[in-house]
Amino acid sequence: MNKLNTSSSELDLDRPNIEDYLPSGSIQEPHGELRLRDLLDISPTLTEAAGAIVDDSFTRCFKSNPPEPWNWNIYLFPLWCLGVVVRYMILFPLRVMVLMLGWIVFLSCYFPVHFLLTGQEKLRKRLERGLVELICSFFVASWTGVVKYHGPRPSMRPKQVFVANHTSMIDFIVLEQMTAFAVIMQKHPGWVEAKDREIVARKLREHVHGADNNPLLIFPEGTCVNNHYTVMFKKGAFELGCTVCPIAVKYNKIFVDAFWNSRKQSFTTHLLQLMTSWAVVCDVWYLEPQNLKPGETAIEFAERVRDIISVRAGLKKVPWDGYLKYSRPSPKHREQKQQSFAESILRRLEEK
Amino acid sequence: MGNSSSMLTQYDIEEVQEHCNNTFSQQEIVSLYQRFCQLDRNGGGFISADEFMTVPEFAVNPLSQRLLRMLDGLNFKEFVFFLSAFSSRASLQLKVDFIFKVYDSDGNGKVSFNDVLDILRDLTGQFIAEHQREHVLTQVLEEAGYTKDSLLVPADFMKILGSSDLKMEVEVPVD
Repeated sequence: MNKLNTSSSELDLDRPNIEDYLPSGSIQEPHGELRLRDLLDISPTLTEAAGAIVDDSFTRCFKSNPPEPWNWNIYLFPLWCLGVVVRYMILFPLRVMVLMLGWIVFLSCYFPVHFLLTGQEKLRKRLERGLVELICSFFVASWTGVVKYHGPRPSMRPKQVFVANHTSMIDFIVLEQMTAFAVIMQKHPGWVEAKDREIVARKLREHVHGADNNPLLIFPEGTCVNNHYTVMFKKGAFELGCTVCPIAVKYNKIFVDAFWNSRKQSFTTHLLQLMTSWAVVCDVWYLEPQNLKPGETAIEFAERVRDIISVRAGLKKVPWDGYLKYSRPSPKHREQKQQSFAESILRRLEEK
Repeated sequence: MGNSSSMLTQYDIEEVQEHCNNTFSQQEIVSLYQRFCQLDRNGGGFISADEFMTVPEFAVNPLSQRLLRMLDGLNFKEFVFFLSAFSSRASLQLKVDFIFKVYDSDGNGKVSFNDVLDILRDLTGQFIAEHQREHVLTQVLEEAGYTKDSLLVPADFMKILGSSDLKMEVEVPVD
């Protein structure tokens, strides 16, 4: 139980003022003398609860929206059937072969390079990076990824960390094929003790400051989101004392939805779906590197970068922590509501 | 209602619509069903308290526990009936009656001083002292012509709350 307590307090620290985001239109600022009606009228609170039951911004982030079927008439249907045959009988086996070929090439080159070039660090690292990028290109080819990269490619410089929005496991492959990153996803808080967090943070800082290390890529959302929204960014990536380079990734659902809805399908099913679709189309934008502004907290910095990424990729922001998939919100929010209502009552009492 | 299938038949829709006295349109009922199935993850035919609490916006609401008691074990038809008080087509009487039901936790048709105090406690938490809460409540009750021992009935609620500016409406998103 102790672990859960630390994680809920961690969630506390990671969240700025949620009240800015929640619909408060139903709650008007009350004034004037306090009457029985004001105390009995719980309709604003009830309306908020009912509104949340009917539709809420958190669940929307993880909803996969199936595309409309288009194969419903006399000539489109046979065309679609032909398409199915091509995709499953021709493309899929081809892709599996490409993938196997890629693995063979990668493994047969990587191990010799890794073990035989132990004397020449720089060359070895460069070849290893090239090979990693190669195997990722093979992966991307295995679901025919059509990726358009915009903006200047990430450069190998120390003291910079890359952050991107997260939709699926394939995000990092799409990014990795261009640049061999070292990737970390901020993990489930229950698995990382408060003390471990410090160790992890220190290790990250050391890695980032090392000139020859692979650039670090972090997915601050901590979970897969359906590519229409962004959830709150964890501040970990933003307090490493270095430049943050935002990357925005937006998938085009024209042939297939790249969002892996772990509630609806297993990863294997999802991967098979990708490998039997026509293509996975996406855009990647490398955005202008950002630095912590004077007087800005890590959380504010994280939110500012999230805003930059969301605007570029056309995603809506929601004020929720991705980990709420696994845990309850902290009581702080309910207490904030209670506090504001209590204060308004006390204020109106004094107005008498 | 087919619990195993995710499809509502026209007959089902009409049955639900009748049950909620036409406060929701057929399109809204279909949307609500999609939402019901989305929340009822284990497919048990009703949304459990845990499943409601996975909606953060609901979990942070001060009255969530009270509402959970009312929502416990409701099937889809009853779920829609529960929400009917929040429809734009709901009458003022329906809305006021709903509020009364929230206060009347033991369902005996009367709301006592303590019932109102309970809700006030949920809404204000630790930010007002208990004696202050009692004092405020006694004061406004007496001003309205009641006493601490008064037992309020729905007609009283209608008198106190029943004015046209009671806003209690939720929009059902229809694709």
